[in-house]
Amino acid sequence: MGKKSVIPFGPQHPVLPEPIHLDLVVEDERIVEAIPNIGFIHRGLEGLAPDRDFQKYLYVVERTCGICSFGHGLGYVESIEGIMNVEVPERAKYLRVVWAEMARMTSHLMWLGFTADAFGFESLFYEAWRIREKVLDLMEMTTGGRLIYSVLKVGGVLKDITPDMQKKILDDLNEIEKETREMTRTFLDDYSVKTRLVGVGVLTKQQAHDVGACGPMARASGIVCDMRMRGYEAYADLGFEPVVSQDGDSYARCEVRINEIFASIELVRRAFERMPKEGDLAVTVKGNPDGEYFARIEQPRGEAIFYSEGHGKPALDRFRLRTPTFANLQALCETLKGAEYADVPILILTIDPCISCTER
Amino acid sequence: MSRVMKFAPVILKNLFSKPVTRQYPAVPIQYPEGDRGHIEIQIDRCISCGMCVRSCPTGTLSVDRMKGTWTINRFDCVQCGYCVLKCPVKCLSIVPGYQVPEREKTAQTYQKSPEVLKAEAEKRAKQAALAKEMAAKKAAALKAKKEAEAAAAAGKAAEAAPAPAEN
Ligand code: SF4
Ligand code: SF4
Repeated sequence: MGKKSVIPFGPQHPVLPEPIHLDLVVEDERIVEAIPNIGFIHRGLEGLAPDRDFQKYLYVVERTCGICSFGHGLGYVESIEGIMNVEVPERAKYLRVVWAEMARMTSHLMWLGFTADAFGFESLFYEAWRIREKVLDLMEMTTGGRLIYSVLKVGGVLKDITPDMQKKILDDLNEIEKETREMTRTFLDDYSVKTRLVGVGVLTKQQAHDVGACGPMARASGIVCDMRMRGYEAYADLGFEPVVSQDGDSYARCEVRINEIFASIELVRRAFERMPKEGDLAVTVKGNPDGEYFARIEQPRGEAIFYSEGHGKPALDRFRLRTPTFANLQALCETLKGAEYADVPILILTIDPCISCTER
Repeated sequence: MSRVMKFAPVILKNLFSKPVTRQYPAVPIQYPEGDRGHIEIQIDRCISCGMCVRSCPTGTLSVDRMKGTWTINRFDCVQCGYCVLKCPVKCLSIVPGYQVPEREKTAQTYQKSPEVLKAEAEKRAKQAALAKEMAAKKAAALKAKKEAEAAAAAGKAAEAAPAPAEN
């Protein structure tokens, strides 16, 4: 029995893209307990809701985080459309799916890069980011922004994807798929990568259920839980199947995210196939939100919950956002228990932490 | 070998292919059409209605109707494009090309040309004169109506007044 000591981890640490602080109680080289501490980049975005009208506030919600920006915008407009009973045009629903899935690809590719960096594989990191760049270019071409898209509005979307753009996207997706397959062979089959991932940070199905994990974290532990199964927007028509793995270790989480990239590519292809060839992009929304609504959508990191409450005034009275990382932090503390100290960076990364979302 | 050198083909391919990065700024960047870079205004078409000021989520715009100016602090603008959507005369546009960094956050002011300002001032004066004329007319009409009413009332009173005298 060694002596217990506390090692502070973060908020400044080379492996952390964003600030989070963990107090790690270690005994010899093993973690006994991890106590998270958040609040370093709280910006009070929810508090801005009562000062702005609900259309304008969308641009604030979108800027909660640079990576999940489309997801945040989508959840917010869904919650407002839910209050006001707005039926979004069919074509806009498909366009929203296309953008949401491309945003998921950029997020997962970015995560793959960070993970490669965390286990010290610098060239793999750049390879992932090189591929991500192509997806970002497609996003920039269609929406006008690389990370913050601002194409959503309550009642539809603002921009269209023309047939020419669709062709370019499909061509580029073929290339992206090929390159991603080539790259992910290293993640899934390489001996040294496997030694860093297989069996590290196991979260059993029961544990994942008990701590309320969500997104790829829960699906890697064998829980079939994906908000896209709800069939919001056009997902119901696209034959969506969640990607699930059973082992619950870091390797399984990596595998789930890799397979989700391919699933997203497939969803974009299907969306272009089944999208109505023409139609309105948005409906006009009149009046102010009067009521409350919970919208649940699947972001790249997992399930996000948006609560909006309005009382017939232009501005909302209350807006609340529960982000996936907030739920997954409990799962992180669970996986850290009993882990080797050297595995801490990898374990923190495998929940795909997005701290700026979490602290809003 | 096959288990440990999974990345070798990618490395080899990258070694013998062109760099994916661009020699910026020697090779300038090509922005796609519709890129949200910065806001531009055709100031002479602006009617100084202030819709853009009210719609901006960051509150970076200001408009002075009398001076005919439109001011933007480009460092506070988040390129959301909401002002462009809201402008009733569509004189705002969001065009490619990002804001270049500067040492200080300075606001940029656009001034309407003297001809437009003069025309606007004339129009305002005309409108004011018209409004004054209308007001005067209205007041006169009101006065006439009141007088007529008073006269009628007086007539009625005169009619009604002798009646009790007869009693
Ligand atoms: S683009 Fe957005 S932030 Fe910039 S001036 Fe217009 S409304 Fe304001
Ligand atoms: S909304 Fe357009 S017309 Fe009105 S003040 Fe702004 S720029 Fe001028």
